[in-house]
Amino acid sequence: MDHHLLHELEHLLGHDGVLSRPEDLLLYEYDGSVEIARPQCVVFPAKTADVVRIVELSNRYKTPIVGRGAGTGLSGGALAREGGIVVSFARMNRILEIDIENHRAVVQPGVVNADLSLAVAHAGLHFAPDPSSQRACTIGGNVSENAGGPHTLAYGVTTNHVLGLEMVMPTGELVRIGGKAADAPGYDLCGLFVGSEGTLALVTEVTVRLTRLPEAVKTLLAVYDRVDDATETVVEITARGITPAACEMLDGWTLRAVEAWVHAGFPLDSAAVLLIEVDGLREAAEEHAAQIAEVCRLHGAREVRVACDEKERDLLWKGRKNAFGAVGRLSPTYYVQDGVIPRTKLPETLREIDRIGKENGFEIGNIFHAGDGNLHPIILFDARDSKQFQRAVSTAEEIIRFCIKMGGAITGEHGVGMEKDRLMPFLFSEADIALMKRVRDEFNPAGLLNPGKIFPTGKGCGEVRVRSQRNGAETDSTHEESSPA
Amino acid sequence: MPGLPPLTHEEAQREFAETLSGFTAGDKPEYADYSRCIHCGLCLNACPTYRLWHNEADSPRGRIRQMALVDQGRLELNEAFVTHIDRCLDCRACETACPSGVEYGKLVELARAQIAKNFKRPRTSRWIRNFVYRRLLTDPRHIARIARAMRFYQRSGLEAIVRGTRILRLIGMSKRAELMPRIDREFFFSRLGKTFPAQGERRARVAFFAGCLAQVTFTQLNDATIRVLQANGCEVVVPADQFCCGALAAHAGERDVARELARKNMKAFSAEAFDAIVTNAAGCGSTLKEYAQLFATGREENESTDDAERAAEFSRGVRDVTEFLSDLGLSARMREMKLRVTYQDSCHLLHGQKIREAPRKLIRAIPGVELVEMPLAEQCCGSAGVYNVTETATSMELLKEKMRNAKSTGAPIIVTANPGCMLQLRAGAKLHATGQDVLHVVELLDRALTNA
Repeated sequence: MDHHLLHELEHLLGHDGVLSRPEDLLLYEYDGSVEIARPQCVVFPAKTADVVRIVELSNRYKTPIVGRGAGTGLSGGALAREGGIVVSFARMNRILEIDIENHRAVVQPGVVNADLSLAVAHAGLHFAPDPSSQRACTIGGNVSENAGGPHTLAYGVTTNHVLGLEMVMPTGELVRIGGKAADAPGYDLCGLFVGSEGTLALVTEVTVRLTRLPEAVKTLLAVYDRVDDATETVVEITARGITPAACEMLDGWTLRAVEAWVHAGFPLDSAAVLLIEVDGLREAAEEHAAQIAEVCRLHGAREVRVACDEKERDLLWKGRKNAFGAVGRLSPTYYVQDGVIPRTKLPETLREIDRIGKENGFEIGNIFHAGDGNLHPIILFDARDSKQFQRAVSTAEEIIRFCIKMGGAITGEHGVGMEKDRLMPFLFSEADIALMKRVRDEFNPAGLLNPGKIFPTGKGCGEVRVRSQRNGAETDSTHEESSPA
Repeated sequence: MPGLPPLTHEEAQREFAETLSGFTAGDKPEYADYSRCIHCGLCLNACPTYRLWHNEADSPRGRIRQMALVDQGRLELNEAFVTHIDRCLDCRACETACPSGVEYGKLVELARAQIAKNFKRPRTSRWIRNFVYRRLLTDPRHIARIARAMRFYQRSGLEAIVRGTRILRLIGMSKRAELMPRIDREFFFSRLGKTFPAQGERRARVAFFAGCLAQVTFTQLNDATIRVLQANGCEVVVPADQFCCGALAAHAGERDVARELARKNMKAFSAEAFDAIVTNAAGCGSTLKEYAQLFATGREENESTDDAERAAEFSRGVRDVTEFLSDLGLSARMREMKLRVTYQDSCHLLHGQKIREAPRKLIRAIPGVELVEMPLAEQCCGSAGVYNVTETATSMELLKEKMRNAKSTGAPIIVTANPGCMLQLRAGAKLHATGQDVLHVVELLDRALTNA
């Protein structure tokens, strides 16, 4: 890294605000995904003005720049794929304003998702997007990735809860879009920037909508002996016009892994469980819960349990929200995929995933937001065996391609990042991608902001890197990419 | 693309090739343990030091990564590594947050064992560590001797004179002086070897673990614990030849010392069978319950596994006093006390032993007592064994936040479950003038009893 740049950054932020020693940088080469990429320095702005200066410096020294929240992302969005400066927003973590009456809050990007909900809980409000990492992930990161979560089904994803943004553009200007009003005049730019995976601007302030906590919540656990019965239940619930607040499925393999850790009461001998939640006014919630229980039984649920208190409800959710981590107990390296299909295709898709797994010699666990058809197949592999790893990647790809065939998409909520850029051509035509690139180039003309993300690198082959913990090396594996479907 | 290319793995290897060190054999973080960390980051916001500085290097995920890197020879066991591992409170809040079940406490203690073995600290630091962990804590006679000298200092008027001068502030000791415990007039040592009968029908027979420094600074607490147990139908035996539990030594990486103490305690408590071995110190309890871990690593190849098995057997009998009483059920009559209290979770009770409800249940069982939860009760107060002495500035920052939260409840009493936390919170109440009293759960129960 250019010494002058480093010197200027230190001058701006102090020694405490810049990391550049190799031993520190090694701790910013990872996030929650299997990707690896190391920056050349990490900076901690304390205020918006710092971010403006950092962007100016990145331009002057032609050095890439990447924003980072808590580093819990699952597609490598916060990694410096082409080196450069990582801007950690972790210290810009103040809640600037809470407007209880109007259900609005203005926060800095480093505020932790769950901390905002905690801060407004006394008024019966919360910030609705609830990714599984909500106890650690930041709102800035949620905005960049347009994070979802189990309650997306009824409450929508992050973009539905962001009303305004203050951003530093890659060219250095400070702009504000949207505002506190529900539908700001002019173009709906929030919709464009939320979910842009940190490639269009660095967000320095977020105005969010706060949502009233429901009057009543009913959480049901339905236990099945056949996976098909569970998936068909999901299709039928929505066909009846009921929209649950959440509808999650864990298959037998996954729930056994979870149960060993959480003891949520998932029956170990079952093939699948559905975790369904309805909320709203007391009478409506009860009515819907009863209807859902009926549908579950009609479709062969051997048991339908309704959580009788807050504690039991928390326990069931703890089981779900800790599911991926619980899998880590079985195998230190696993690959969580993220695909979307129309929910009517669930039974068929799950059968196919099972078939693909068997064919490739993998046991694949399934855990997903069944209500909106967002799948998370989990493939366990041993990172020390590079052949096995390559096969895991190609298996995952086969699954994603099947999702596309079913009319779905390559990612539901984890983002494209550096994980799925090479899969984009399977879903979009050249013209589609060219349009998206034009948008990026308009705002990020020099390509210095979060380079190497979303769009295929165009090398004709995908490069996947994964960390193998034993030898500390990254296994670089290159595999042939067939022509786009 | 403009800009400099990122380092490739080969470059990274070269970068560290000259300084390859790794860990040495024996007590060290093992692949099977650290590879359980899937770097999901769910621990970050639970970690007190990450919450303060927001640097990965001072987060559980980052510390585990550093251990892995050292183990793999990609990072030197140097001052930077030592600093980040030293700064860990070992509060284990990350274990509660971790979905993968990483045993972080075990990892950090093993990393510290490597540091103790392979890193040369400055001479004074070495001398102090050697004295405290190898001589003072291992021998009750040393503890008594030093306690008597300190008692003289505190009660002869000498302390008042020193505090009257500016000496403490000049040598940067004024805050540490606040943390210094008041030495008891009478030491608990005189109770060793005695048996205290149950009141009424005997419901259980327990052995009491008295602690080391607690015997000269928390005699009242120990006495109160015995009284509460007696009042609830327990016969309490205080085995004579018990020693320090070894927690402070184990946390500091002095595992051979901890093992030696563990062997002595296992012997002292094995003479007869008890329904439980009860302690009122969450920190000690956590270590006593994990004695087997001490013997799981660092064993010579042909050494027997007897100690590990005996340790596991011993640990099965250990109960925190709140856990024990809550399971047994309170049978003593208690008077009504119109009191509002708040509870500070002791880290080694909540995160180390996973006990959250028992102390709350006991507090609520006292007629008239209202328990008001403070925000972030599960966050460490900064006491953390000897952390408030070794990392005073950080500890004081955490304490400030803790006292702000404790004060916000409006409760005049802060209840907790560990002597170390009590000292820290008392210092906090004084430094931040919150006017709050600090009690152990059993002291609160004892108050309800004694005035019945």
